[in-house]
Amino acid sequence: MIDLIKRYWRTVSSPSKYFSLGFLTIGGFVMGVVFWGAFNTALEFTNTETFCTGCHEMRHNVYEELQSTIHFSNRSGVRAKCSDCHVPHNWTDKMARKMQASKEVWGKIFGTINTREKFLAKRRELAEREWTRLKANDSLECRNCHDFEYMDFTWQSTRASDQHSTALASGEKTCIDCHKGIAHELPNMSGVEGWD
Amino acid sequence: MKNSVLVASILFLVGLTLTAAAQNIATTRGTALDTEAEPPKMTRVDNSDVKRQRAYPMQPPTIPHKIDQYQLDTNANKCMSCHSRRRIEDSQAPMVSVTHYQDRDGNFLADISARRYFCNQCHVVQKQNEPLLDNEFVDIDELLRADRK
Repeated sequence: MIDLIKRYWRTVSSPSKYFSLGFLTIGGFVMGVVFWGAFNTALEFTNTETFCTGCHEMRHNVYEELQSTIHFSNRSGVRAKCSDCHVPHNWTDKMARKMQASKEVWGKIFGTINTREKFLAKRRELAEREWTRLKANDSLECRNCHDFEYMDFTWQSTRASDQHSTALASGEKTCIDCHKGIAHELPNMSGVEGWD
Repeated sequence: MKNSVLVASILFLVGLTLTAAAQNIATTRGTALDTEAEPPKMTRVDNSDVKRQRAYPMQPPTIPHKIDQYQLDTNANKCMSCHSRRRIEDSQAPMVSVTHYQDRDGNFLADISARRYFCNQCHVVQKQNEPLLDNEFVDIDELLRADRK
């Protein structure tokens, strides 16, 4: 084993015998561009609605629930798709989230939520994970569209502007504290702050 | 003789039906029976947050705001996340009346009673629509006032 590694290291560390320097640099650059393009395209594909709803776990549970909500059907036709709320837009954060998502591949393979019953039984745990994430990043995925700075309180209802101009403005509360279950149905809420 | 009585009564009934049809009694349909009516445009729910008059003392108050997408099932009760005893300090919403914390024998419970759990069985939102029929309801106060005169 050690010998094998040594042999490979010798090959890799010695100068090229047959290929020109130009071929190696330009070829390396071109291949780099191709690799990077392919990587990003594949990554972007995993952010599409087609990909997310490609499995029945998502299509028949959460995607179905999303469709009647304001984030899917509304007067102006602006729609938030899965990744808008569940994947960070920032590159490094996105990479970290995508790595975490490998656990979801595991779940898919071993059928963690492959029936409606299993899904409902696990829903609270899954929901709590998302609430924790959004609480920790100050509801970043909400704020990607709903910027507090751009909110016009005069267009909001009395109740909404009361809460937004006090608790939200002071940073005491963040979006997810009050707006749980706006895009999907809620699990059993007993014991959740503000619900029991 | 018998036949003529029968014919007369049938004619009478037909006449009655025709008169009723002519006066368009007991229908809010607006169009003929064999045509499809144009559905009225949907109107907006009143979201003004202003309390409304109650028509009689026992009337469940109507909801003065939108309740779109409020989840109300075995898992969650969105209404109670503002109107429950524990939540009203934060929300400044009116607390549900104390009767909602009683079971049917009048015992007080720590939480909302199961028989009062489904808010929109009694409490509903309001829209600013033209009534299809005249409402002849008279407030009890007006009745008493009229009596006194």
